[in-house]
Amino acid sequence: MSAQLTNGSQHTTSKNNSATADNVLLDVRNLQKWFPISAGFFRRTVGHVKAVDDISFQVLQGETVGLVGESGCGKTTAGRCILRAYDLTGGQILFQDHDGEMVDLAPLTNNEMKPFRQQVRMIFQDPFNSLNPRMPVIDIVGDPLRINKVVAGKELEDRVASLLAKVGLRPEYMRRYPHAFSGGERQRIGIARALALDPRLVVADEAVSALDVSVRAQILNLIKDLQEEFDLTYLFVSHDLSVIEYICDRVVVMYVGKIVEVAETEELFAQPFHPYTEALLSAVPNPDPRNRQQKARIVLEGDVADPANPPSGCYFHPRCRYVQDQCSQETPELRQIAPGHFAACHFAEELTLAGVTASGELG
Amino acid sequence: MESPILIEIRNLKTHFYLDEGTVQAVNGVDFTIHQHKTLCVVGESGCGKSVTARSILQIVDQPGRIVEGEILYHRPDRLAAFSRRDAMSNENGSNDSNDSNGSETTEIIDLAALNPRGREIREIRGQDISMIFQEPMTSLSPIHTVGNQITEAITLHTDLLEDEAKEHAIELLRRVGIPRPDERFDTYPFELSGGMRQRVMIAMALSCNPALLIADEPTTAVDVTTQAQILELLEELQDEFGMAIMLITHDLGVVAEMADDVVVMYLGQVVERGDVDSIFHDPKHPYTQALLKSIPRLGVSRNRQRLDSIRGMVPDPYNRPTGCMFGPRCDHFMPGRCDAVNPPAIQLGPEREVNCLLYEEE
Repeated sequence: MSAQLTNGSQHTTSKNNSATADNVLLDVRNLQKWFPISAGFFRRTVGHVKAVDDISFQVLQGETVGLVGESGCGKTTAGRCILRAYDLTGGQILFQDHDGEMVDLAPLTNNEMKPFRQQVRMIFQDPFNSLNPRMPVIDIVGDPLRINKVVAGKELEDRVASLLAKVGLRPEYMRRYPHAFSGGERQRIGIARALALDPRLVVADEAVSALDVSVRAQILNLIKDLQEEFDLTYLFVSHDLSVIEYICDRVVVMYVGKIVEVAETEELFAQPFHPYTEALLSAVPNPDPRNRQQKARIVLEGDVADPANPPSGCYFHPRCRYVQDQCSQETPELRQIAPGHFAACHFAEELTLAGVTASGELG
Repeated sequence: MESPILIEIRNLKTHFYLDEGTVQAVNGVDFTIHQHKTLCVVGESGCGKSVTARSILQIVDQPGRIVEGEILYHRPDRLAAFSRRDAMSNENGSNDSNDSNGSETTEIIDLAALNPRGREIREIRGQDISMIFQEPMTSLSPIHTVGNQITEAITLHTDLLEDEAKEHAIELLRRVGIPRPDERFDTYPFELSGGMRQRVMIAMALSCNPALLIADEPTTAVDVTTQAQILELLEELQDEFGMAIMLITHDLGVVAEMADDVVVMYLGQVVERGDVDSIFHDPKHPYTQALLKSIPRLGVSRNRQRLDSIRGMVPDPYNRPTGCMFGPRCDHFMPGRCDAVNPPAIQLGPEREVNCLLYEEE
């Protein structure tokens, strides 16, 4: 599975995947989502928060792509745009339908979206707020089936029971309400709901962030097992790099609404090409006290840029250790540095950045 | 060389009396905090780590209260005496505390016995022991300026005058890395980013040069790069001010980076404690071992197919297991023993204890 990426209208295709075009499940092109800022008595629009600003990436059938970045980088907005929970400001979301044709989801009306809503599902972050407290589990998990008239009656009950069993819950509990379950169990209910309609793409938005460590491992394993069983494709949105590394095949790193780096997981972690990725990797606390001394942690200055008023040139330049004059003037394009490895940095080739070695040290 | 004891917690029990029953949030906790050291309390949600911290300051929410046990605070002389003013007008005055030793401790106060609303505990809060919280937005007042809130703490606990306090507050804001502190002094918390708010909290907590800083999940609500900044800052400030830090976290990565000593808690009890190296490289309790195995590690987990997870989940607090709290999820469960006795602390070395029958000497 190698990375493929569209850059503007022209395809930048790495050499070994020109034949994989029919493998592409999701092709996001120049996706933009700007939120208006209104002010004054007439609530006139005075500016825009460029939450997602011209991002393009592809997700291949059967792989897990990670969207990673800090809060405010637009990763959640991007995920929601793909689900069409938001209307786009610009760009295309090409999704492969059952006949293998690429359909642009962006201009579809709600009615036209319906068949696709069965194929693209979501797992939410907060297992407490994303389940209706007044609905028993059978309704929470079974409603998608009922609404889409897939099954009904006794059959529906059987389907829910088997879904619950798949995610590791006891089917006898299907008449219970969410409050009777713990956080990890609720997340399993959320996963069962997402899987009810046999989706092809699941967007998992910080699916394990609210869970305790011991439960998190269970859910991560479950997510992996289900992928094998149902041939699922995941878009995994997270801020936690160790989770991303564990679960993803390919990673898209975002910073203030833009993609700064795309690569296969192993490559990205071993040899980042963007200074932001380097800093992000170095900021992750290392769970071994013996690595404490050797580690030269890169502490970034200042805060994440304001997406309503981003800096000129490269958005990362005010915090970058390697900043040069060019950085504040020209916006770097996302370009291919190594096969399947893209970065948006003027000096990606010249810099030697530290990744994480296999022993968990910074190398 | 061991540094002198600052806080000694003995058999602390804090229970919450609710209509549904009694929640034994903290149920027989023992550990010590040493001067100038960082102690990390680690555990999953509901293990009682925050309630333990709140018990120290007597700020447990209703209907909870301390029902048993002692929290012995060995008050360093510098604080017992007062001379707060000297300590502060002199920039490096804080380093005074660095040469304190055991003999200097004159006063031992049992914090658990104090009236939660009394004068004594209120004097200790903010002055001797201060605390920073997880969500800085909810713990700062939204309707007062940042500067206002810091100077309040200073004027309350010292005899500095208003404008002296302001000067000191600006100095503190500068010290915690807030750019243009004199301008920021007049801003409201909502104008600051999450990382900046946490810095303001830290400045406020350090305003009276406390002997102990309790940090309850201080970086859980912020991003990784901000987390790195905050942790770095806490380390620097500890070197400079010499306070002890009690850091409460569920993130084992943070523990490995920060701790000198570690206390692992599970369901209201301490299961293991020791220095950071032995906890990570020679964990004894099955829970600690399982916890360490279940975290994905950068670099290391890349080639591994599955994470080892702990089966089951943390039991319902109303329905605690008998015997060892971890028993139902433990791989080394010994029927007839683990479900019969609540394992006592077994000494493995100085300051190294594990509460598990596996290590009981026959």
